Amino acid sequence: MSNRLEQKTEMPESWGTRDLRERRVTVHGQALAASVLLDLHRSMQRIRHTEETIARLYPQQEMRTPTHLGTGQEAVAAGVAAAVRRDDALYSHHRCHNHYLACGGSVYRLAAELYGRVDGAARGRGGSVHLTDRDNGFIVSSAILGQTVAVATGSALAFRMDGVDRVAVTFFGEATCEEGVIYESMNFAAINRLPVIYVCENNLYSTESPLSVRQPPGTELCARAESFSVPAEKVDGNDVAAVYLAARRAVDRARSGAGPSFIECMTYRWREHVGPQFDHDAGRTYRTKEEFDLWVERCPLKQSAARLISLGLADEREISAWAAEIEKEVVADFERARRAPWPEAGDLFDYL
Amino acid sequence: MRTLKYHQAISEGTVQAMERDPNVFCAGIAVDYPSGIFGTTTEALKRFGPARVFDTPAMENAFTGICIGAAAMGKRPIMVHPRNDFMLLAFDQLINLAAKWRYMYGGNAGSVPIVVRAVIGKGWGQGATHSQSLQAPLAHFPGLTVLMPATPRDAKGLLLSACRHDHPTIILEHRALYNVEGEVPEEPEETPIGKAAILRPGRDLTIVATSLMVQEALDAAEELARHDVDAEVVDLRSIRPLDEETVLASVKKTGRVIVADTSWERCGVTSEIAALCAEKAFHDLKAPVRRLALADCPAPVSQTLEQAFYPKASTIARLALHVIGIDPELVGDIDREDTFKGPY
Ligand SMILES: Cc1ncc(C[n+]2csc(CCOP(=O)(O)OP(=O)(O)O)c2C)c(N)n1
Ligand SMILES: [Mg+2]
Repeated sequence: MSNRLEQKTEMPESWGTRDLRERRVTVHGQALAASVLLDLHRSMQRIRHTEETIARLYPQQEMRTPTHLGTGQEAVAAGVAAAVRRDDALYSHHRCHNHYLACGGSVYRLAAELYGRVDGAARGRGGSVHLTDRDNGFIVSSAILGQTVAVATGSALAFRMDGVDRVAVTFFGEATCEEGVIYESMNFAAINRLPVIYVCENNLYSTESPLSVRQPPGTELCARAESFSVPAEKVDGNDVAAVYLAARRAVDRARSGAGPSFIECMTYRWREHVGPQFDHDAGRTYRTKEEFDLWVERCPLKQSAARLISLGLADEREISAWAAEIEKEVVADFERARRAPWPEAGDLFDYL
Repeated sequence: MRTLKYHQAISEGTVQAMERDPNVFCAGIAVDYPSGIFGTTTEALKRFGPARVFDTPAMENAFTGICIGAAAMGKRPIMVHPRNDFMLLAFDQLINLAAKWRYMYGGNAGSVPIVVRAVIGKGWGQGATHSQSLQAPLAHFPGLTVLMPATPRDAKGLLLSACRHDHPTIILEHRALYNVEGEVPEEPEETPIGKAAILRPGRDLTIVATSLMVQEALDAAEELARHDVDAEVVDLRSIRPLDEETVLASVKKTGRVIVADTSWERCGVTSEIAALCAEKAFHDLKAPVRRLALADCPAPVSQTLEQAFYPKASTIARLALHVIGIDPELVGDIDREDTFKGPY
């Protein structure tokens, strides 16, 4: 079976004509179908508009669940999710909307979960940080740092025991590299050559703490992984094609029985750690405005759009049209979710 | 019926669970040693090989998460801790994830039916970090099932039930029970989860006990009979879910209760049972509920201190006579000789 992007057979007209989609292009020295780049871009647009819609509606106090927005980090989720199959197992952390959406998770069910409605991804029992969508291979996210790193390793163990070629993937922030559980997990995965891919989203901060107070100078997280004999690769996490290609290499390795991989994706979160605001609007100074502006300049969607245009795969008008269309859908989903029924108080003990 | 020792019963239960379900595997520190966790995993290793019975590095927390992730993909892991104290390192995965999984994802992520076997140590200088008994903190959390088999039959039967149970389940086995012998059916008979057992019926007084304290309570009941006190012994077996019905029925019959547990009193199983009696059987009580548990300090090592630390059959019997209004000093020398030769 091929990966998510290569699996797709039919596509709406707005995703580019068939001729165009089948065109081969070269990115980072690799030949890719144009459809891959087009779909990666659409995936990021869907994430961006969902997160930004949440940011807009969140202050209304109707989404009563601590929410860690993934704006600015779309390329990591989109690139990795596109490199795996729907029957693989993906896990995520507290900043999980991107991964849930990149796997194909429903915007409506995410919105319903944020509004605490019974149609939510976790039926209003989980909230923003506890999502699931098993049909799309998004097993769960969890809000305890490092937890799903071990759990993904366990799913990889199950695949190994069953002799199937499925792989497990876990996303986590770089602060998980300060927790012990990841080293126990990588050690075990390396000993047993488990088909698991550790995807570290290094956005330079853990809440408001910079790397400098958390990791010794000169720390290379990839070197830590390599010290367990886990092959590691550091990529520009804002370049969706680079992430996709690195993930594909890791997935190929895992599927062929060669064991685990570690991918460090350098990226940046735009909004505050938890909540919808920008840090400088909230008067926080732990990051400078200059640093923020620099990373906004490196916006993953902007970079991807520029690539599509320079390769002649789309023009600005088309890209904006896709965005408008996606935004309309997203907003409609949020409106519908807001009107969805609440869980019944009498159902408090269901699913125990 | 033929008899088996407690550890043989666990071994047989493991083999039968693995036989009937190819998804069951057994892992943890030392499970594949010739000593096989005091003889409980050796046979399974012989029968099913290292693919299904394997050693792990010392990584209690991550391996619990690994079991959860394997269970989410359809496996039925049995994780073994040679001492339950090591499980404290795994509380994040156990409590923050396994216990919550089904509920927190609204049933949409399925369940993670892991089984964790963990051994309670006692005596011969096991000391403060190798002889705790974690049922109370574990049973505090909704979503976990916590079992404490006191007999060989239940050691096998509860393990078999746990391997088909839909919830993460912790089985606390007591090292001092491993050589206790008792009747065990050869077929894979399951002990129902959430059902206490009346191991000895009586009219005058109820002793609600867990794990090793059940055996001590049975010895105490023998002695009490010599003083014309007819004690009923209730083996809780399952700490969560708790069989309130059986406990309350017994208390309503006898009107007097002693609760004996292998851990401390504070916020513990003895407190829970005492609260249950106070709330739901108050008007049937003829005497205050009494609790028997470890002395309220960490486990010491020196023999004289260990002696003072652990309650035993004679402690239960003396307290029972006191509750009935008979001179406790009449209790004879009924405590079994401790034959444990160490080290673990
Ligand atoms: C075990 C644990 N410790 C602390 C926290 C509180 N916490 C939540 S998010 C966070 C920062 C995590 O940073 P990182 O992993 O880099 O992810 P990011 O938020 O940057 O995406 C912290 C400390 C937690 N959720 N879990
Ligand atoms: Mg971070």
